[in-house]
Amino acid sequence: MSVQSDVGHFARQHASWHWSEIVFWCLVLACGFVFPSRYLIMTDIARLALFALSLDLILGYAGIVSLGHAAFFGIGAYSAGLLALHGIITEPVLALLAAGLAATLAGFATSFLVIRGVDLTRLMVTLGIALLLEALAERFSNITGGTDGLQGIEIAPLLGLFAFDIFGKTGFFYALATLFVLFLIARRIVHSPFGLSLRAIKNNPLRAGAVGVPVNRRLIAVYTLASFYAGIAGALFTQTTALASLDVFSFERSADLMLVLVIGGTGYLYGGLIGAVVFRLLQEFFSTITPQYWQFWIGLVLVVIVLVGRARLHRWALFVPNLIIRQFAGQRAVVAVPESDA
Amino acid sequence: MTPALETRGLGKQFGALKVTRDLSLKIEQGARHALIGPNGAGKTTVINLLTGVLKPDSGRILLQGNDITDLPVHVRVLRGLSRTFQINQLYADLTPIETIGLAVAERLGRGGDWWRVMGSRADVNAEIAENLERFHLTDVMNEATATLPYGKQRLLEIAVAIASRPRVLLLDEPAAGVPASQRHDILASVAALPREVTVLLIEHDMDVVFSFADRISVLVNGAMLVEGTPEEVARDPQVKAVYLGEAAHG
Repeated sequence: MSVQSDVGHFARQHASWHWSEIVFWCLVLACGFVFPSRYLIMTDIARLALFALSLDLILGYAGIVSLGHAAFFGIGAYSAGLLALHGIITEPVLALLAAGLAATLAGFATSFLVIRGVDLTRLMVTLGIALLLEALAERFSNITGGTDGLQGIEIAPLLGLFAFDIFGKTGFFYALATLFVLFLIARRIVHSPFGLSLRAIKNNPLRAGAVGVPVNRRLIAVYTLASFYAGIAGALFTQTTALASLDVFSFERSADLMLVLVIGGTGYLYGGLIGAVVFRLLQEFFSTITPQYWQFWIGLVLVVIVLVGRARLHRWALFVPNLIIRQFAGQRAVVAVPESDA
Repeated sequence: MTPALETRGLGKQFGALKVTRDLSLKIEQGARHALIGPNGAGKTTVINLLTGVLKPDSGRILLQGNDITDLPVHVRVLRGLSRTFQINQLYADLTPIETIGLAVAERLGRGGDWWRVMGSRADVNAEIAENLERFHLTDVMNEATATLPYGKQRLLEIAVAIASRPRVLLLDEPAAGVPASQRHDILASVAALPREVTVLLIEHDMDVVFSFADRISVLVNGAMLVEGTPEEVARDPQVKAVYLGEAAHG
C-alpha cells in the first residue's frame, strides 16, 4: 500500500544519515590531524560540545530549562578525580563510566524536584541545586580539597596502552571518541518513540497525557540520561586536565552552556556541537584582539544572534555555498540547517 | 449490559461554587450520547472529571464496569477512554505522522522504547496510514501541524483521539470554530466513527446534536435536568424554558 510505505519513509526520514552529517564528522576528525598544535583547545571544545549535547537533550527535546547543569558536570569531575587520586578505579574508561553513573544517581534523585512546576521554578531549582553542591564541596574540603581543588591527580594510561601526553593528543582523541559514541546514542534515542514522546511533551503536555504518555516518568528518564552525559563531560574534564576544583560547579559554567545553545540552536543535536565550536573560537578570537574586553564582544554577538534570529543568520551563512551547489546539482540541492528554537 | 461509561453521584466544587452536583450518568455500549446545556452548565468540568484532569469531591466513575475514579489521566487513556479538546491541543512542531504515530506507539505500550527507530515497525506504519486515510490527512502527513489549515487540524484532533483505539470517545465540540466550507468533512468523519466506539458528544450546535445523538442529557447548573431520546428532550417543557428557549422549534 503506497500510503503505508510513504508513512514508513517519512517516519524514518529524520533518522537516516544525511550526507552533510558525514561531512561534519569527517571534518571534525580531520581537525585532529591538521592542527596538532591546538589539541588543548580542541579537547576543550569536545568537552563543551558533550556538555551542551546533554543540555540539548533536556532543553531542546523535552523543554526543561536548567541554569544549574554544572551540578552534574561537577559531580562527574570530582568523581573521576577522587577515583584516580585514591586509586579506586585507575583505568580511565571505567572511571569515566563510574563518574557518569555517580552523576546519573544525582540526576535521578533531583529530577523529582525539577519536573514539578514551570520554567521559572525549574530555573531556580536547578540553579539552587548547583549552588548547594558547590557549597557542599567547599564545606567538605577534607574530601574535595576545598578552594585548592584536588591536588596531584594522576591519570593512568588509557586502556593501559595510551598514556596522556603533554601535547594533549591522547586526551583529544579520547574526548572526541567519547563525544562521538555518546552522540550516536543520543541520535538513536531522539529518533525513537521515546524521543518522539519527549518532543510531544515539549509541544503540548496536555495532549501528550491525553494519548497515554506518562509525562512525568518520561521527563524523569530524560533528565537522568542528561545528567549521565553531563557527568561524563565533567569526568573528561578532570581526566584530560588532571584538575578538579570548585569552579566545575560554578554558575558561569551553567550559564555559558545556555549561551552555547543560543548560538548553535536546540532540538537537532548538532546545535550544541556547532555552538561549542563557535563559542570557544569567538572567545579565543576576542580575547586575542582585546584581552580585557572580550566579554563585551561575546555579549554583543549574542544580542545580535537573538535579535536577528538564527534562522536568518544560517541562511546568510549558507548563501554562497548553496549558490555553488545549485550550479552543479540543480535548484533543489541545498544545504539547510534544521531549525527549532528554544 | 454494563454501561460503557457510568458516573455515580459525581460531585465537584470550587470553593463555595458547586459545578457538578450529584451527577449520575449512564452511557450505553455503542451509544451516540450528547451532553448539552447552556454556557456555564459545567459540561467542561464533567469532561475533566471523566478524563482525570480534575479529581471529584464525591462519587465514582466506572469505565466498562471498572472503577477508574483514582486513575491518572494517561492510564485512563490506555484503558480505552479518549478525548478531543474544544480548543485544538496538538503538537505545533510535529507532523500528523508523528502525532498519530506516538498515540499508536503508546497504545501498544511501546512509547518508552528508546532504541527502536520510529517508522521501523510495519504494523504501526499500517495503522498510522489507516488513520491518515480515514481522516483525509494523507496529503499533509509530513507537514508541521502548525502550518495546516484549521479544518485539517480539527480532523487531526479527532484522528489522534481515535488512534488510541478508545472504547469510549469524548468529543468536545468537534466542529467548534471550523469554517462552514470545512464543516461537512468534520461532521462526516464524526458520523463515520466505528459503531463499537461509544461516543459522548459535548455540543452547542443543536443541528449537530439532533442529527447525531440517539440519547441526550441536559445539564443545568451542574445537575442533570432531563435525559431521554432526542424527541423526548425536544418536547420537554423544562428544556424549552431553561435551555432551548421559546425560539427553538420542537
